[in-house]
Amino acid sequence: MTDARPDPDDLLKRVQEQEARAKRGKLKIFFGAAPGVGKTYAMLSAAREKVKEGVDLVIGYVQPHMRPETQALVLGLELLPQREIDYRGTHLFELDVAAAIARRPQIVVVDELAHTNAADEHTVTHDKRWKDVNDLLDAGIDVYTTLNVQHLESLNDVIARITGVRVRETVPDLLFESADEVELVDLPPDDLLERLKEGKVYVADQARRATENFFRKGNLIALRELALRRTADRVNAQMQDWRAEYSVSATWATAERLLVCVGPSPSSAQVIRGAAQIASRLKARWVAVHVETTDDAQMGAAAHRRLTRNLALAEQLGAETAILPAGNAVEEILRFARQRNVNRIIVGKPNQPRWREWFRQPFVYELTRRCGDIDVYVISGDAEPLPASRTVRPAATSNALGYVWAVVTVALCTGIGFVSWPHFAALNLVMVYLLGVVAVSLKFGRGPSCVATLLSVAAFDVFFIPPFWTFAVSDIEYLFTFAVMLATGLIISSLTGRVNFQVEAARQREQRTATLYAMSRELASLRTRDEIVPTAERKIREVIDADLVILLPDDNRRFLQTGQSAVEPQLTERDCGVAQWVLDHGERAGLGSDTLAGADAAYFPLPTLQSTVGVLRVKPRQPNQPLRSDQVDLLETMATLTALAIERLHWSKAAERARLEIETERLRNSLLSAVSHDLRTPLATIVGSSSTLVEVGESLTPQTRRELAEAILEQGERLNRQVANLLDMTRLDEGSVELHKEWQPLEEVVGVVLSRLSKQLKDHPVRTHLSSGLPAIPMDGLLIQQTLINLLENAIKYGPSGKPIDLLAYREGSSVIVEVADYGPGLPEEDRQRVFEKFYRAANAEGHTGVGLGLSICRSIVALHGGTIWAENRPGGGLSVRFSLPVPEAPPGIPLEE
Amino acid sequence: MGAPAVDSPRILVIEDEPQIRRFLRVSLLAQGYRLIESETGADGLVQAASHVPDLIILDLGLPDIDGMEVLQQVRGWSSVPVIILSARGQEKDKVHALDAGANDYLTKPFGVNELLARIRAALRAAAQQAGEPGQSIFKVGDLCIDLLRRQVFVGDVEKHLTPLQYRLLTVLAKHAGCVLTHKQLLKEVWGPDSAYENHYLRVFVGQLRQKIEADSARPRYLLTEPGVGYRLVAE
Repeated sequence: MTDARPDPDDLLKRVQEQEARAKRGKLKIFFGAAPGVGKTYAMLSAAREKVKEGVDLVIGYVQPHMRPETQALVLGLELLPQREIDYRGTHLFELDVAAAIARRPQIVVVDELAHTNAADEHTVTHDKRWKDVNDLLDAGIDVYTTLNVQHLESLNDVIARITGVRVRETVPDLLFESADEVELVDLPPDDLLERLKEGKVYVADQARRATENFFRKGNLIALRELALRRTADRVNAQMQDWRAEYSVSATWATAERLLVCVGPSPSSAQVIRGAAQIASRLKARWVAVHVETTDDAQMGAAAHRRLTRNLALAEQLGAETAILPAGNAVEEILRFARQRNVNRIIVGKPNQPRWREWFRQPFVYELTRRCGDIDVYVISGDAEPLPASRTVRPAATSNALGYVWAVVTVALCTGIGFVSWPHFAALNLVMVYLLGVVAVSLKFGRGPSCVATLLSVAAFDVFFIPPFWTFAVSDIEYLFTFAVMLATGLIISSLTGRVNFQVEAARQREQRTATLYAMSRELASLRTRDEIVPTAERKIREVIDADLVILLPDDNRRFLQTGQSAVEPQLTERDCGVAQWVLDHGERAGLGSDTLAGADAAYFPLPTLQSTVGVLRVKPRQPNQPLRSDQVDLLETMATLTALAIERLHWSKAAERARLEIETERLRNSLLSAVSHDLRTPLATIVGSSSTLVEVGESLTPQTRRELAEAILEQGERLNRQVANLLDMTRLDEGSVELHKEWQPLEEVVGVVLSRLSKQLKDHPVRTHLSSGLPAIPMDGLLIQQTLINLLENAIKYGPSGKPIDLLAYREGSSVIVEVADYGPGLPEEDRQRVFEKFYRAANAEGHTGVGLGLSICRSIVALHGGTIWAENRPGGGLSVRFSLPVPEAPPGIPLEE
Repeated sequence: MGAPAVDSPRILVIEDEPQIRRFLRVSLLAQGYRLIESETGADGLVQAASHVPDLIILDLGLPDIDGMEVLQQVRGWSSVPVIILSARGQEKDKVHALDAGANDYLTKPFGVNELLARIRAALRAAAQQAGEPGQSIFKVGDLCIDLLRRQVFVGDVEKHLTPLQYRLLTVLAKHAGCVLTHKQLLKEVWGPDSAYENHYLRVFVGQLRQKIEADSARPRYLLTEPGVGYRLVAE
């Protein structure tokens, strides 16, 4: 039974799900077929049991009107304060999520899961109660709630068909499926009707008439069946889960993947619900796809909204959604399906009139013909990605002017006709008119060009076909001419209209792509937040004419309250509240969204993989004019680009820090190894020599004793120099070196250096040449002295014994150049560049001692003086190191004595 | 090693490092000086008052009282020569101490020759100030200053100095072997109210070197104490 072994990925997923569930609150749904079956009663009874067990339970919301038996159950339970809303003059009460989360009970009881919240002008709220409940669950609080089967999203259509009553308040199936417990509250239809008659079911007065139809026995039986079946499905699903978990069966869910085609038509929603049901039954993942077509841009705003809503519905029902670029719809869908390993495609039944099929094959036929091994399911409703009714709409550019030009063009053609008529046959004038039609259609689109066609035919008839000045036609043959002229004109209109549209659509796409490309490129070049934010705002403003601002939270992820933000003084406390909500939840809010639709601006999160880095606030110039869906798409993309730029900044800073840390670490290691080697070597001599003197000193000749003592002295001095260098470097690095600049002659510093090094310079005669008339230089004598000592020590180290060392100084422009040159081996190009780096030792430095700090100290000191230091090979062999010291102005005058 | 003579100079060493004290003890006793040792500033002050040493070697970094504080207190009642011991890179402290009355300084680590030369120079300068008849001729190497005739010779060649150059040279000669800070020199040569700055002094030193040194880039007599001042060698 090796096959029965659970897939490790599946196991991991299950563990993760369990963990997520453990953190999330548990949802218990009291599920019923219809109002009045006793869900609230059952829920409250269960609640009382829990309280008796000592569970911390509060009532978040219950219907204010209940029958007395139910009302009695509430007594003695803790009631959370409810949110009071002044809605058009009447006071409404809603669940107060914030209060519930603040109270942090174990369980909150919330009646009527499907309820729609009254829009509240003052606080950030969800439009649906189930979203409130979701928040409670996210906060780790358990929820008891009630739900009727008719409110389930996927059963919405079925029930509307059965009962004739369309329920607007729906709850996504996903929430129902993910409920931890569903308790079916069942009552046979006869008993329910009995209770209804006895007035035991509360029905609001205004709804009484509607409900009379609803509470018919047939309906109730059907609803009960649906409720029972749905519960049974759930039990079945749980059973399967259990089997999967404990590896009971070898049958593992196949990797089913569904694709459903979505269009803007209302019936497309039904197809989506159908697909959701199939997907849930198959436990398949599914994706809802819309193919952009040339018709999309001609689609009205209403259709656009429907399309967006349909896609949102699919997402809500658990689908992934995708919009495919324009092209051949069938090809695009099949390409996408193969890429995603989809094995079933679901489309709606075509409902175009029969005659249209003569001209154009329905989408479904073509899809079924070319789908290959993918199954295609056709379910009722319309899934044609092209809108079914192709009403002729004027192209975007057409307007009244276009029609005027149509008339003018026809008049012009008629004029040309009159001029040329004596020379040509009348039929040739048809061509002139058609030319006019082409011109109009190219310029003004379909509408005006149709008008031009009709007018052309009429004008041609009236002016050029005998009998003149009348519509009458003497020769029947001309009727044929008119017909052909009309048909040709209309076809031209239609074709050029379409070409125009395609060009326009391509142009818009192109422009959009170019805008996004330009934006991403520009953002990529920026290095600070202060640059990114205004640039992003400017770029977004280029495509959308609205007041917009990018809000970035402070370090505690809070937005400043009113007035504190200098950038956006008109931001109110409420605006900040909405922005905060968007930042915390990473979802869109405000104008045109589900959450707080009443706001006067739309708020987009700036999302990154990990979190939301800020909020884009867009306030249309026309108050309360929601954004078009293509604008929303574009804004979301631009928000993402901005977020990525800001995040990139964050990471590049982090990378820089990491690089610095590595560099510091590397330096520390170099330092340690340098210290351990270069400080221990002299110490070894000192310890060795002195211990010899201590142990066997008496037996040594005075000469040997002296040699040992001299070795100790010499190594001690060397140690002293190296420690001094290390200390200097540390102080220079820390920037704790204060420059004591004084005007002084270089000669004096050189003098000190030569006398300091006189012992080491025994074998290296120094040829000093300081050009006469060198000015006094503003410098820190001690530091420049250190520089010269280090340079000379290097020259001593690498220059062959007996060969001289040259020490030169001369003026060059407004600087004095000091040069120390030896007759040693010199350095290869690469080393000459790097030799000033800390702890860098040239390859030929093997066998020489030193930490590798000397030249790096020189560089730091020279840089402090505003000069530069560099190394060159001498033409005759040997290395020459030069540094410049700027002499900015003439030294202060010296009063002469004589 | 015989006991030092009763009239040989008595030196007080105020230094907290036992190793350095030992090194000083060995070398000073070997030179025939008498020695008093102190580990702390407070004890050092007591010893200075009770034993009246001829010279004090004072470490600036003491565990209890700051060396500067000790110096100022000693200067309150005595003009005994004081030689400061300090670490490298503390030029400011040295100048501060010298201006506050210290006679010379030594930078750790230092060799014994350097130490003994400083001690001799300081004792000599002190003796001169105490009224011992000064010599009318100052001579070191080839450099010879005839203080009576106001003449300066290098070898056999007389060097003609300007009055200020001559004054500068004689001030240095008076403290030969000891360091003089820029401030002290400016004050001594140009008077207490001189507003001139260090670079002014440097120009004169440069001019003076041109006249008395064989190679002014490698001075033999008039040495620069970087960041502190100048010293005319005494031996």
